[in-house]
Amino acid sequence: MAGVIEADSERLLVAIESLLAKKGLASPQEIAERIALTDAASPGQGARMVAKAWCDPAYRALMLADGTAAAEALGIPMRGAPPLGVLENTAELHHLVVCTLCSCYPRAVLGYPPFWFKSSAYRARAVRDPRGLLAEWGTVLPENVRMRVVDSTADYRWMVLPVRPAATDGWGEERLAGIVREGDMIGVTVPAAS
Amino acid sequence: MPEKPSTEPEELPRAHHDLGGVAKYACQPVDTEPHALTDFDKQVDAVRSILGAKKVMSVDELRRGIEAIPEETYHRLSYYQRWIRSIADNLLRRGVVSEEELRAELERG
Amino acid sequence: MAELAPGRLVQVRSDWPEARGPAHIRTPHYLRGRRGRIVRRLGEFPNPEDLAFARPAPKLPLYHVAFDQAAIWGEGATGDELLVEIFGHWLQEVPAQ
Repeated sequence: MAGVIEADSERLLVAIESLLAKKGLASPQEIAERIALTDAASPGQGARMVAKAWCDPAYRALMLADGTAAAEALGIPMRGAPPLGVLENTAELHHLVVCTLCSCYPRAVLGYPPFWFKSSAYRARAVRDPRGLLAEWGTVLPENVRMRVVDSTADYRWMVLPVRPAATDGWGEERLAGIVREGDMIGVTVPAAS
Repeated sequence: MPEKPSTEPEELPRAHHDLGGVAKYACQPVDTEPHALTDFDKQVDAVRSILGAKKVMSVDELRRGIEAIPEETYHRLSYYQRWIRSIADNLLRRGVVSEEELRAELERG
Repeated sequence: MAELAPGRLVQVRSDWPEARGPAHIRTPHYLRGRRGRIVRRLGEFPNPEDLAFARPAPKLPLYHVAFDQAAIWGEGATGDELLVEIFGHWLQEVPAQ
């Protein structure tokens, strides 16, 4: 078996797609539709959830209790996705998400995992030297802030609810969502009013 | 039942995908730049997702297939190159496609 | 094994199945043999060690377990923690001291 799967990756994909189409398991159209569906998930969706949680205490409570229900409440499709857990950052506690074994990522609400999240260096360093790792993004946590590194090893997917930045009083949800980036919801960066 | 003494974890057998804390990456910087996915990447991702939804193969089978790639090759292949190799491995194991079929298809392509 | 309540002190089994043949293990190497504290039960999920080989997979309890980060590596900031999903069959209760 080893020999044939060692073929060039591009050729292997073409061959597999052709066989799956012949067997009625995946047509080119289904593949195109699936790509469109996956492309529709982006960090903008998670950012909408974060902004709403910053403005609406009842939504924040729902999001922390049941991330999947909170995503669905904003119309984000979660059917077939693993359960979503939400980790709340506070003035005393900062969460960082990693998957040391592969690259489990809250794709339903953040889209495809970024390159760095899948890299060996990130996966190796996050659990051992998380503060040194954050420095790669220029993120420096005050010493009184404890870190909790969440290694995503099993059936949940985890996103971070960051702390709402100072100087955003009176901002609406849309404007708030605009300052929340992908990395803020994994914990490598923190949002800032800009 | 004493807690494991603080030995260097590298002394115990470790699968090469199990990267948490591995010392050789301690000083390796993280490439934080965005990298756009290629058409190949997205196609592989979509095929995996369809096969998962149709219960042809589970995420854990995908992972097992990735973990079975020899270490040197694992680190040489890109993320989605590992995936397509695991998908092919699992389709053969499950008998969804035969080795002869796949070989013939590769030669045709 | 009885259900593990939040706050319970546990120890991850010091087991290395990958040394015995093909295996798919979701308990990271760096936590084997380590002590932690149950934070919450996350539910029941099919055993990935079976799913990976397309075997029938019984559902097992999955826990969120917290570990002292500095104790594991002998480096790091005091108070920093690791929080990891671990299946019940990898956890042993530690008698209260």
